[in-house]
Amino acid sequence: MTDGFLDLALVRDLASWALFIVGSAGVAIGAVGIVRFPDFYTRLHAAGVTDTAGAELIILAMMLQAPNWLVVAKLAFIGFFLFFTSPVATHAIAHAAWVSGLKPLLGPELKRESE
Amino acid sequence: MGRVFILGLTLAAIWLLLSGYFDKPLLLGFGVASVATSLYLARRAGVVDEEGAPFGLFPRILGYWAWLGGEIAKANLAVARRALALEPKLSPRLIRVPMTQRTNAGRATFANSITLTPGTVSVDLEPDRILVHALADEFADEAGIAAIGARVAQAEGAGRRAVVAEGAQ
Repeated sequence: MTDGFLDLALVRDLASWALFIVGSAGVAIGAVGIVRFPDFYTRLHAAGVTDTAGAELIILAMMLQAPNWLVVAKLAFIGFFLFFTSPVATHAIAHAAWVSGLKPLLGPELKRESE
Repeated sequence: MGRVFILGLTLAAIWLLLSGYFDKPLLLGFGVASVATSLYLARRAGVVDEEGAPFGLFPRILGYWAWLGGEIAKANLAVARRALALEPKLSPRLIRVPMTQRTNAGRATFANSITLTPGTVSVDLEPDRILVHALADEFADEAGIAAIGARVAQAEGAGRRAVVAEGAQ
């Protein structure tokens, strides 16, 4: 574990950096999608990429960098609770928009029509 | 009573892991006191039931979460491709998916799973259906979403569930 060809710390660093990079790409792609998608409901889908791939992969990457198992457990709690709270928050704002009468753009032509 | 016991064990485990105190008797005593207070208040508020402490979903829900993780990864790639494409080719649709779960916890899990998968968001709940907004035709896969629901219903466990599911189909 200290030296040699297959250094465990090195493998851990490589894996965690790969996860950091993919997770950051997820956050950035979600942001790009929020800017580019045409209406409120479609933008929610782009935000979903940031919520899931972005947040969870970065937390996994941080778990690989953790100094001890207690920190791993705390990060696991954060990931676990994000897994439940982020869809609830997304549903809350989607439902609020729906109830207040915002109609989504529908179909390949992206027309705003009543359902 | 069994539910209270499991909730107590869960709270104690969370307290230990978040605090990191394993050998300080005074602080452990405070931890026990706080767990006991929480249990007392939860029982008094009447929230220690199938909805507030849905331990009936374990352990089957763990396999479901692993499977859902794979589905989320696939959907993420599909949405990311559209976010970066020169012409995203969106075709948003509203679809209604039957909700066959027996318990409120199961229904919440199903609606959350739909929202958690990029490309579909649950917008509204009807008595036995969910209104889903899908980003494009490939996400508006009613059979695929209903299959997620069937897996949730399976994780809820046998018993009355089977009758309800057959009645709904």
